[in-house]
Amino acid sequence: MEFEAVIGLEVHAQLLTKSKIFCGCSTQFGSTPNSQTCPVCLGMPGVLPVLNRKVVDFAIMLGLATNSTINKNSYFARKNYFYPDLPKGYQISQYELPICSNGHLIIKTKDGEKKIGITRIHMEEDAGKLIHEGTYSLVDLNRTGTPLLEIVSEPDMRSPEEAVAYLKELRQILLYLGICDGNMEEGSFRCDANVSVRKKGDNKLGIKTELKNINSFRFIQRALEYEIERQIDIIESGNTIIQETRLFDSSKGITIPMRSKEEAHDYRYFPEPDLMPVFIDDAHIENIKNFLPELPYQKILRFREQYGLPEYDIDILTNEKEVADFYEKCLSLYNNPKALSNFFMTELLKELNERKCKIGDTKLNAENIVEIFKLLDEQKLNYNGAKALLPKIIDTGKSPSILLEEMGLMQISDTSTLESVIIEVLKSNKKELKEYLSGKDKLFAFFVGQVMKKTGGKANPKILQELLKEKLAKISIDDVDNL
Amino acid sequence: MNIKKLNTIEIKNSIENREIKAQEIAEYYLKRAISLQEKTNAFITLDEENILKQAKDIDNQVEKGFKGKLTGVPIAIKDNICTKGLRTTCASKILSNFVPPYDATVIENLKKEGAIIFGKTNMDEFAMGSSNETSYFGPVKNPWDMERIPGGSSGGSAVAVSAILAPASLGSDTGGSIRQPASLCGVVGMKPTYGRISRYGLIAFGSSLDQIGPFARSIEDCALILEVISKYDPRDSTSINLKTPEYLKNLNEDIRGLKIGVPKEYFIDGVEEDIIKGINDAVEILKKLGAEIREISLPHTKYGIAVYYLIATAEASSNLARYDGVKYGFRAENVKDLKEMYIKTKKEGFGEEVKRRIMLGTFSLASGYYDAYYKKASKVRTLIKNDFVNAFEKVDVILCPTSPTTAFKIGEKTNDPIQMYLSDIFTINVNLAGIPAISVPCGFDKKGLPIGMQIIGNYFEEQVILNASYAYEKAVGGFKFSPFQEE
Ligand SMILES: [Zn+2]
Repeated sequence: MEFEAVIGLEVHAQLLTKSKIFCGCSTQFGSTPNSQTCPVCLGMPGVLPVLNRKVVDFAIMLGLATNSTINKNSYFARKNYFYPDLPKGYQISQYELPICSNGHLIIKTKDGEKKIGITRIHMEEDAGKLIHEGTYSLVDLNRTGTPLLEIVSEPDMRSPEEAVAYLKELRQILLYLGICDGNMEEGSFRCDANVSVRKKGDNKLGIKTELKNINSFRFIQRALEYEIERQIDIIESGNTIIQETRLFDSSKGITIPMRSKEEAHDYRYFPEPDLMPVFIDDAHIENIKNFLPELPYQKILRFREQYGLPEYDIDILTNEKEVADFYEKCLSLYNNPKALSNFFMTELLKELNERKCKIGDTKLNAENIVEIFKLLDEQKLNYNGAKALLPKIIDTGKSPSILLEEMGLMQISDTSTLESVIIEVLKSNKKELKEYLSGKDKLFAFFVGQVMKKTGGKANPKILQELLKEKLAKISIDDVDNL
Repeated sequence: MNIKKLNTIEIKNSIENREIKAQEIAEYYLKRAISLQEKTNAFITLDEENILKQAKDIDNQVEKGFKGKLTGVPIAIKDNICTKGLRTTCASKILSNFVPPYDATVIENLKKEGAIIFGKTNMDEFAMGSSNETSYFGPVKNPWDMERIPGGSSGGSAVAVSAILAPASLGSDTGGSIRQPASLCGVVGMKPTYGRISRYGLIAFGSSLDQIGPFARSIEDCALILEVISKYDPRDSTSINLKTPEYLKNLNEDIRGLKIGVPKEYFIDGVEEDIIKGINDAVEILKKLGAEIREISLPHTKYGIAVYYLIATAEASSNLARYDGVKYGFRAENVKDLKEMYIKTKKEGFGEEVKRRIMLGTFSLASGYYDAYYKKASKVRTLIKNDFVNAFEKVDVILCPTSPTTAFKIGEKTNDPIQMYLSDIFTINVNLAGIPAISVPCGFDKKGLPIGMQIIGNYFEEQVILNASYAYEKAVGGFKFSPFQEE
């Protein structure tokens, strides 16, 4: 029997606002416990929430970017439950009328593009953190009140690969919009998955389980793979799935049930009486629309049309907005899309990956990259030299022409200098020379290599080849010993 | 100088004119409050040192030319309004050790005008009650008859004014908690429009209903205090951004042509005869002053109590969730785990009535019941509100009794919650609609207990209410002091 998986995802994205959603406290990560708190986020008696309008704007941005309907009237609701990291005993969230609904985004699958529905996007506040210390627990409320968007997908994904593709696409959109840093380890991009399996061709959904808080793409892939396998085994052995919440144990690569007591919640949602309904007018939506940055899929389309680059190049260049922007900045100063793309893919991004840093973290600027290309064109530098220059440019921010001098990487194009090196090389490799002259053409590259070695890689390869060819043509096999 | 007789404006003027010191005023009221505390139980916290220090500071400020609307006037504060550094208990064991690190907005506003924060008054626990008998700190006694309740939940604030322990006070009103005790204690008490006064720092009971308001001995005092606390507050999202009104300056006793509606639904069986008579007498007086009296109908009146006890308790069940022993307040001892800490803290920390209301509210929000209870109640609430909206198309104010009874005996209704809930039958709908209303003394029953009449106005028309009340006050020659003036 063939099975298919049905996966829906709930993502919590922490927003990059400076202050919390209902008070003025900072949202900075990693500060001294409870230093970023005030009576409001501590849930003191008598305090009241005031909505940070930036959160609404960020929600509208994501709504527009995911083709969602922006609900002009939405309201907050209280989600009631007891936990020590939730100081009010309720979380302010949205329930019946979220700010965005009915959206979708497009993912790439092995069978082509696929539309994944987004049921709703709503605003809510994050809870604090508990630190367990043996016989007691400590509460850190710094994170309490950090704004979150919860993005709930339709159960439209059919494999772990599709789920990961959806998450990557969503994360990329959030990063492009600049509203979330997408850091999964620090928990600013968190994911819960609802998964069930059914016989292929069935319309009815199977019984689902919920996988909670998985903090990397790799773990999501593995957790889903395991869970799908587990569910199929249960069905095939004639048993039924229990609807439950499960946790992924990344060390063992398995999912285990959460204690059922902890999930038996009736959240008793009701409209938050301390906040007015959120009203958004058309002009405001229009205004945000006008300031929306170009989104990943729009950029891909444009790169395809405007620069005629291969899909592979486009995927890599547009993966991060910062890289795409930098690429285009370079391109505006040096109009050779493919040459720049090659350099970005094989050299620049490799260097940055090795350093584990972003363009903005370095002293790189577009002018310097473009200057490398100009030096190449002017034959003052060869490609090897360019490769050697790049790390210095990244680290020092000095211009390539200055570094060229400092590092002595200036290309040797002077024919008399090159000629004397060529003669030297030929003299000291008579055996190979004879072989070449008797027809072993492949050894041409050997001589080129030897000259390069002697010049420290600085020989102008084009001139070198010309001169070498010229020289070799003039030598007959009998002359070799008298050289 | 007979300090007892001075109203708030006279106190302020005497201090600013250096005829008397704020310290003398504070000492006078402190002496009364302390010596009568055992009899009345009006206060939960009276910090003598703190009060005298405030008075001294005011005297120093006055030396430097300070002028305020309430310079040196002691104002007693209901103990559910947060005062920085001054214990705020909500009359509950669970907050019996809670000292707020901040002032409620109303406290800031009072201080800015030179008022002295004069002690924290007793109340029903978390403002849940109509008799001030649910307080963890014991019941408050009515100055007109020491065996009777003062009304609630702001019983202590009403008694502080009635027994002349302070010139004025603040209370809070969720379903009648200012107006009903004002009525039962023979003083003026006003609940403003929802959104008129900032709720920031008012410990929430029913968030969509709660509103802070003043108790006073006269309409002038009431108008003055109301105007001091009527400021838009960006910290309260339900506070309405309106210009700060000048209620005192705009007081006007000319009510010729004022259309007063008398709702037939408020003169029903169960309302004491003396009260009906008291109200009818007041109507006659107002008529003589030139008001037009019209009978009106508020057809959904009878659903008020049911709607209120679904919505207020639902909100309360959520608002009181934070008292869990984790961060502040009382925490039960000798517990083996988190769950037991929660259960024992709440079990030991809350009183019976509070627990009853948390249970009711939790039930009304529970999945499977939400639609039938909370949601339906919200819809009926709109009908009740529309009754008033329609009525105010025909009349300027509505006049009715504040309470169906005068003060009852301590213990008389404690075992019958439904009878107790009916005490608020005439005040509750005003909170559900969010409109303003006042209770003004209008005579006495055969037992000599005060009767109150309620004047209800349209949204943000506090001035119209105050003017009608002012006209009545002038016509009857002011309101009578309680027997405690002799103490
Ligand atoms: Zn805060």
